Amino acid sequence: MKVKITIDNIQHSVPRGLTVLEAAHKVGVEIPSLCYMKLHDINIENKPGACRICVVEVKGRKNLVPSCCTEVEDGMDIHTHSLRVINARRTVLELILSNHPAECLTCSKSGNCDLQSMADRLGIREIHYQGEKSVNRKGNSPAISRDPNKCILCRRCEMMCNEVQTVGCLGAVNRGFHSVVTPAFDKDLINSVCTFCGQCVAVCPTGALTEIDETAKVVRALSDPTKTVIVQTAPAVRAALGEEFGNEPGTLVTGKMVAALRRLGFHYVFDTDFAADLTIMEEGTEMLRRLKAHLEGDENVKLPILTSCCPSWVNFFEYQFPDMLDIPSTARSPQQMFGVIAKTYFADLLKIERQNLVVVSIMPCVAKKYERARKEFQQDGNSDVDIVLTTRELGRLIKLCNIDLNALEDEEFDQPMGESTGAGVLFGTTGGVIEAAVRTAYELHTGKPLEKIEFEELRGMDNLREATIDFDGLPIRIGIAHGLGNARKLLEDIRSGKSHFHAIEIMSCPGGCIGGGGQPYHHGHSEILKKRQLSLYSEDKSKTIRKSHENPFIISLYKNFLGAPMSNLAHLLLHTHYFDKKD
Amino acid sequence: MIALSETTNNFLYELCKKYRNDAHELINVLHEAQEILGYLPVEVQHKIASELNIPDAKVYGVVTFYSFFTMIPRGKFNISICMGTACYVKGNELILDEFKRRLSIKVGETTKDGIFTLSTLRCVGACSLAPVVSIGDKVFGNVTPLQVKKIIDEYVEKAEEMH
Repeated sequence: MKVKITIDNIQHSVPRGLTVLEAAHKVGVEIPSLCYMKLHDINIENKPGACRICVVEVKGRKNLVPSCCTEVEDGMDIHTHSLRVINARRTVLELILSNHPAECLTCSKSGNCDLQSMADRLGIREIHYQGEKSVNRKGNSPAISRDPNKCILCRRCEMMCNEVQTVGCLGAVNRGFHSVVTPAFDKDLINSVCTFCGQCVAVCPTGALTEIDETAKVVRALSDPTKTVIVQTAPAVRAALGEEFGNEPGTLVTGKMVAALRRLGFHYVFDTDFAADLTIMEEGTEMLRRLKAHLEGDENVKLPILTSCCPSWVNFFEYQFPDMLDIPSTARSPQQMFGVIAKTYFADLLKIERQNLVVVSIMPCVAKKYERARKEFQQDGNSDVDIVLTTRELGRLIKLCNIDLNALEDEEFDQPMGESTGAGVLFGTTGGVIEAAVRTAYELHTGKPLEKIEFEELRGMDNLREATIDFDGLPIRIGIAHGLGNARKLLEDIRSGKSHFHAIEIMSCPGGCIGGGGQPYHHGHSEILKKRQLSLYSEDKSKTIRKSHENPFIISLYKNFLGAPMSNLAHLLLHTHYFDKKD
Repeated sequence: MIALSETTNNFLYELCKKYRNDAHELINVLHEAQEILGYLPVEVQHKIASELNIPDAKVYGVVTFYSFFTMIPRGKFNISICMGTACYVKGNELILDEFKRRLSIKVGETTKDGIFTLSTLRCVGACSLAPVVSIGDKVFGNVTPLQVKKIIDEYVEKAEEMH
């Protein structure tokens, strides 16, 4: 069903049910908007009609209408840039700006701020309104920095936190001019139910929510002659870092990233993918053991097994499902496996004290900043991972150090902890951890080589996916969820005994780590996530070794140091335990 | 957070149960809780949130949105001065000033002896009696500044009788 409408004096025929904003977009008219945001493929939409930037004039209607929440009707005559509309739009923006700190020069969001670009787009050169300004307490945490005075009450973060992630940390309190988005009882994030997934940061249009910037710590460590500084890079970083340097989304910059890190002065440039392979060895072995016990009729063994790579997901079940702490795998995340192997095995190889080895992680994630600070990942007060930078922070650090990423020649990771397989690369996208696990678990379980290594049924972007993989006559049922709201559904099924899965992969962020809270801002363009996902699939394809258990350095790590997967030493170093954080 | 007494805990448990632990009844639950407890401290909100299975942030958002709800203890008697148009025009600001002066508190505060809380509201639907002051269920009409002392004394006496 189509309707006939006129937009800016040109007739169009558009599908019924669209909003004026969507219809205009379809015919190439980009109505500006601030609070509105839609991520098409993953069913995320925010349209509170709060900012009123998107108002348009509809002939016959007395008032201007917000185009984001007005549906098209047959015969509508819409004007998006009449004098009245432009004046109204600019007045609205000036009023928003009149209660916004004019700190653009020193704001960490400068250059990436939707409010700043809107002021530029609407040509605001003077703010005619002056009055009281909001004064709210700022809040820091190990991962996320909150400055409510820069908040424009678009409610995107609230929608992400409550509807998509179902975490329920952020909410609007008070009313009118005193409204502010904050955790319950004005607590700090660290004392709230926040999981540090960072999706609020990913969608915030201003500098109200940002990551804690730790680039200065890295510069200091690199200039300390007593320290050996090593770096690990998570799989999803290489698929997005290029965007910070003007490359098309989905451009893989693995080799250039390695070259840049070497120029920054890191002594060894390693790969978290190596630790991802290690995770598969531990998690895959744990999965097979639980499965075997289950098949033998052991009723104490819990199935399904849930992945445990994602620190925000770990936080989520510690807060919201403390009765189910024995279901997730006990395997640590790749970041923490890397850290602990670096501070034990690798420090020994170099014959240096762990205090003199600085481990830096480059992560697509803000929760990793929180994870590295957890007490169980320290020894005598020295953390296994010392500093975590997000992809965005690495971009800034590279620019600070006068390096032109695009001009660099590709370089290779250092050994031994830079060798990885295609399986490790897949950890960066939803479905990837379980695909990697299946590749290894299948071969370990059946003793036969896999005929087809790519599992299309596990790939894609659907919120909840399931597949049955034939383990040589044994059907293994696998579930995948990305986004914590989807994870909640699977957990509630397990709690009520309805779940029929053997193994479930969960990643907190929509799309998995490629859509992490520390990645270059997608500004509401969900196709960017898809392109990043495809680039990880292509990196996997380009690898000669694509199964974790065939990684020669993993094999030798077990032979020379750990013994076997889930050995006593492996347990001590590579596994963890969870805490009830409900109250 | 301070632990709630067993009595309060049980009261809130029963209260939420009465409303079938239905999150849609949040405002009714808060209303009754405040009526009995006098105010809604953090611990009470947290308990209600967990009984109704909703985030703390949601409860806190509602409590801070409606001026009716309070997180600070109220006095035995709440003196509400109407600041609606009719009462305002009829000079209720003077009445308010007189209450402030005699009780030595500002709007929203409670006297040290815990007897009075002073607040303002917009219209009680008794404009013909403007200016109006209401205390509990009782409405005083055509109030003059000279009556303020008498009203206060009357309630101080009541408070003593309640002891």
